[in-house]
Amino acid sequence: MALRNEPRKGGRAVIVSLFSKKQRTAGEIVAAARDGQKVTGQELLAEIFPDFMEMHGDRLNDDDPSIVGGLAHFTGRAVTVLVIDKGTSAKDRIAKHFGSPAPAAYRKSLRLIKQAEKFERPVLAFINTAGAYPAASAEEQGQGEAIARNLLGIAGVKVPLLTVIYGEGGSGGALALACGDEVWMSENSMYSVLSPEGFASILWKDASKSDEAAEVMQLTPEALLKANIIEGIIPEPNAHKRFCKNIIQILRPELEKLEKLSPDELVAQRKARFRKF
Amino acid sequence: MQLFDELKTLGQKHIKADKNAQQSVPSGVWLACPKCKKSVYHKDLGVYITCPNCGYGFRISSRQRLEWLTDSFSEMDQDLQTADPLDFPDYAKKIEKAQRATDLNDSVLTGVAKIGEQEFCLGIMDSKFIMGSMGTVTGEKITRLFEYATEHQKAVVLFTASGGARMQEGIFSLMQMAKVSQAVYAHSQAGLFYLSIITDPTTGGVTASFAMQGDIILSEPHALIGFAGKRVIEQTMHQKIPEDLQDAENILNHGFIDAIVKREDEKKTIVWLLEMNQGKAGEQSS
Repeated sequence: MALRNEPRKGGRAVIVSLFSKKQRTAGEIVAAARDGQKVTGQELLAEIFPDFMEMHGDRLNDDDPSIVGGLAHFTGRAVTVLVIDKGTSAKDRIAKHFGSPAPAAYRKSLRLIKQAEKFERPVLAFINTAGAYPAASAEEQGQGEAIARNLLGIAGVKVPLLTVIYGEGGSGGALALACGDEVWMSENSMYSVLSPEGFASILWKDASKSDEAAEVMQLTPEALLKANIIEGIIPEPNAHKRFCKNIIQILRPELEKLEKLSPDELVAQRKARFRKF
Repeated sequence: MQLFDELKTLGQKHIKADKNAQQSVPSGVWLACPKCKKSVYHKDLGVYITCPNCGYGFRISSRQRLEWLTDSFSEMDQDLQTADPLDFPDYAKKIEKAQRATDLNDSVLTGVAKIGEQEFCLGIMDSKFIMGSMGTVTGEKITRLFEYATEHQKAVVLFTASGGARMQEGIFSLMQMAKVSQAVYAHSQAGLFYLSIITDPTTGGVTASFAMQGDIILSEPHALIGFAGKRVIEQTMHQKIPEDLQDAENILNHGFIDAIVKREDEKKTIVWLLEMNQGKAGEQSS
């Protein structure tokens, strides 16, 4: 039995882009995904949404700022927004563990997703993380359980959940917010089960061979689109505002399409999306 | 000088005696328990292969566990083979070797099991198959197990043991977490019982998905349960982590598992929990 999934029929997956003239190596894409000049989570919130109010806390005992969650309008409708943000100032970056969410962040995100379901709001998630926070404290707070709970909880959510990976999409820490109805990636982004450095050090006992590893791992947007892991690629010019406009242009019709589905159809389609892997 | 010679002679005699001993005594008779570090005579491990001192369950293969766990078992999906989605160098050879070592097609054994009158779906992961890592076949077998259980109104009992995602299958390995979670969700929505039993070691993507999604989550004594590996935490955070951070006992104290159950008590515990969690439908039919 072949477990490799078949190319999607009907051509739903489209590359909307103007890829740069010259083919880039996987290593270059990894570097671009981690570039310090990249659009930040705060910019996404400011440019894509005319209004935004942040909502804090997991209602258990904690609030982790590495996932910024809240309410906003998106092209005229109320939505719930979740953004993994690496932070800007030194203080901000430390508070956000450089974009690695602690368990409380995932619990907050699930709480807000359930709230969105109650009030029939779609959810938009934006991901840029090297992975879930790998600290002793995170282990004791149940990092595995928090991600597992997200995967299980999102499986049955009756509102659309669209995800954009706009930088790094690191393993389970990214999947916890990328297990919804559609996943889009920006041109300069990656999505993988492990960092190329980690992969190289396990495989060749040499973390410096990360470029080679990146090539083998097929973590680029193009490779992942070909494998049907994602729905499509969002063109990412250097101008951040232009990039945010592209996001709006692409997500709007996708959202309208998903909003036409009944809750049961939506959940069934989401299940089918992952069943093929 | 004479003293020195004497010592030398004694030393040689000693070595000679050692060599003879090696010939007559098979290796592996005395083992060190990896958890309590005490020496254990191999026969004292008993049929369950546990440390008589601390109760730690040594890592055993799926088929070894099956010998004492169930009264009958009929295997499912034993012929599925990975499509090697990344065309990974030497992966096929690695798989073949693991298949020979474990008598499994991938890192989990699945099927329908019976203990007494109780019939349920059973999955046992095997840490001896590429560290129990989750490949596409692992995920597919577990998904099919839950789908079968949902269709036939059966409970699922799943023993987890895994180093996490299977590197050689890259992002496809990651997708298994979501795929299995969907199947667990559908099973749960049907009002059916899922018992997850964590064995040493369970980490990474398996902890972050179905190991932690059971209605009831049990663990064997001193099993390692975690998300990030110890080395990853130490290297990323530059902090020494306590030896017992990811021990089942510490995880229990932090509220993430229901109970720790000794291996010899598993069979009767499973039967009792299946009875307790069969819902109204079960009460009426019995």
